[in-house]
Amino acid sequence: MQYSVFSMRLSPKTKGLITTLVMALFAFVSSHAQYNIPDIPKEQTSVYDYINLLTSSQNKSLEQKLIKYSDTTSTQIVIAIIPTTKGENIGLLAPRWGHKWGIGQAKEDNGVFILLAKDDRKIWISPGYGVEHKLTAGITGEIVRNVIIPEFKQNDYYGGLNKGADAIFEVLNGEYKGSSKSSKNGFSVGPIFIFIFIFIIILISISKNRRGGGRGGNRGNRSSGIDILEAIVLSNMGRGSYNRGSSSGWGGSSSGGGSFGGGGFGGGFGGGGFSGGGAGGSW
Amino acid sequence: MKKFLPWIIIGILVIGLYSWGKGFNNTAVDLNENVKEAWGNVQTSYQRRNDLIGNLVNTVKGAADFEKSTLTAVIEARAKATSINIDPSNVTPEQLAQYNQVQGGLSGALKSLLVTVERYPELKANQNFLKLQDELTSTENTIQTARTRYNEQIKPYNKHVNRFPNSLLAGMLNFDEKPYFDAEAGAEKPVDVKFDFK
Repeated sequence: MQYSVFSMRLSPKTKGLITTLVMALFAFVSSHAQYNIPDIPKEQTSVYDYINLLTSSQNKSLEQKLIKYSDTTSTQIVIAIIPTTKGENIGLLAPRWGHKWGIGQAKEDNGVFILLAKDDRKIWISPGYGVEHKLTAGITGEIVRNVIIPEFKQNDYYGGLNKGADAIFEVLNGEYKGSSKSSKNGFSVGPIFIFIFIFIIILISISKNRRGGGRGGNRGNRSSGIDILEAIVLSNMGRGSYNRGSSSGWGGSSSGGGSFGGGGFGGGFGGGGFSGGGAGGSW
Repeated sequence: MKKFLPWIIIGILVIGLYSWGKGFNNTAVDLNENVKEAWGNVQTSYQRRNDLIGNLVNTVKGAADFEKSTLTAVIEARAKATSINIDPSNVTPEQLAQYNQVQGGLSGALKSLLVTVERYPELKANQNFLKLQDELTSTENTIQTARTRYNEQIKPYNKHVNRFPNSLLAGMLNFDEKPYFDAEAGAEKPVDVKFDFK
């Protein structure tokens, strides 16, 4: 530093300079302060609103939505709302937090951690190792810019988080189109999915028929027809409203421990890891 | 009976020494594996940044009359950074310092590039560029996280290897102390802060 701080005569200008330097030093120190991440809570759920930014009904509905999503896909999305990061880089704090809490399953590392610092006016979304390839920083940043921030600018925090969650679902289900719209396009995907599903069922029933070839062909056909019908009816009954036609949704649905309406994730946080990536923005 | 006593003592000593050596060696191997894994993550994240910089340079080039010198600085720093590879099983402090320095140089060049970009509104409105910027920020954070975790893995390893009775074995079995990552050169001074004293 080439500033002449050490001159003995303190003119008003140098005094000002010293104050600025001291303040700069403070800013520097505080920017390296570490936010103390809370210990893993006993009751592990999806929304931690530390400052009651959301009303209790908004909180509940968001919480239920994310828990339901986790029940069908095992992907855990957790939102934490804090007043400020106390000067720490939110982009480093968010993945550290997610990693410490172990959000997502240990094997799949399929956690997503969303940190909202209200007074800093910043939000950050950090994906776990296992979902990084879908929730890339570019896409996450786009969601933050185009979906979440516009709502936040109108002071609608619930709307932003809710729409943001929908957009994340779409990305994870492979439906995200990269536009600013987060409209419900379950219809366009539904028929394709049902078609594939029927196709698989037919394949299975054909292979069954072949194995049981010793029986009368007529009877075998009839029973397989019922199988198809039954399977479709059953599958439609079992469809939650959030696993809109994603193959991963179906794979994971068996692990949904039926904790409908209950508080928190079925088995708690699974111990998923975070690489430190993610994207966010401020408003 | 007295005849056998020395042999029994020797036997016990040998067994004791063996189990000590085995315990030491296996723990060291485990810890070393953790270090290697953490190092792998460090390298992957730096590699990812290098790939992104290629895209960034191409995107930025397209913007009319973009500063050539800033771009060349980044390209050169990148070439330098990719030329250094480190074998995680025997990192010397000098190697690590050199690695740190070239990557730090690249970080610096990259930062000044991103500062320069602020003057180009058409770039800042470009969705692709915004995405790239997000990816770069994300990768920088991944790098930071990977470095911190690497240092966290080094600590138990060094403790294990350097504590007194173990240190005797460590020398024989070639478990050397491993260096920590220092703060990246240039990372300690933030670039975007300007003091205006008037």
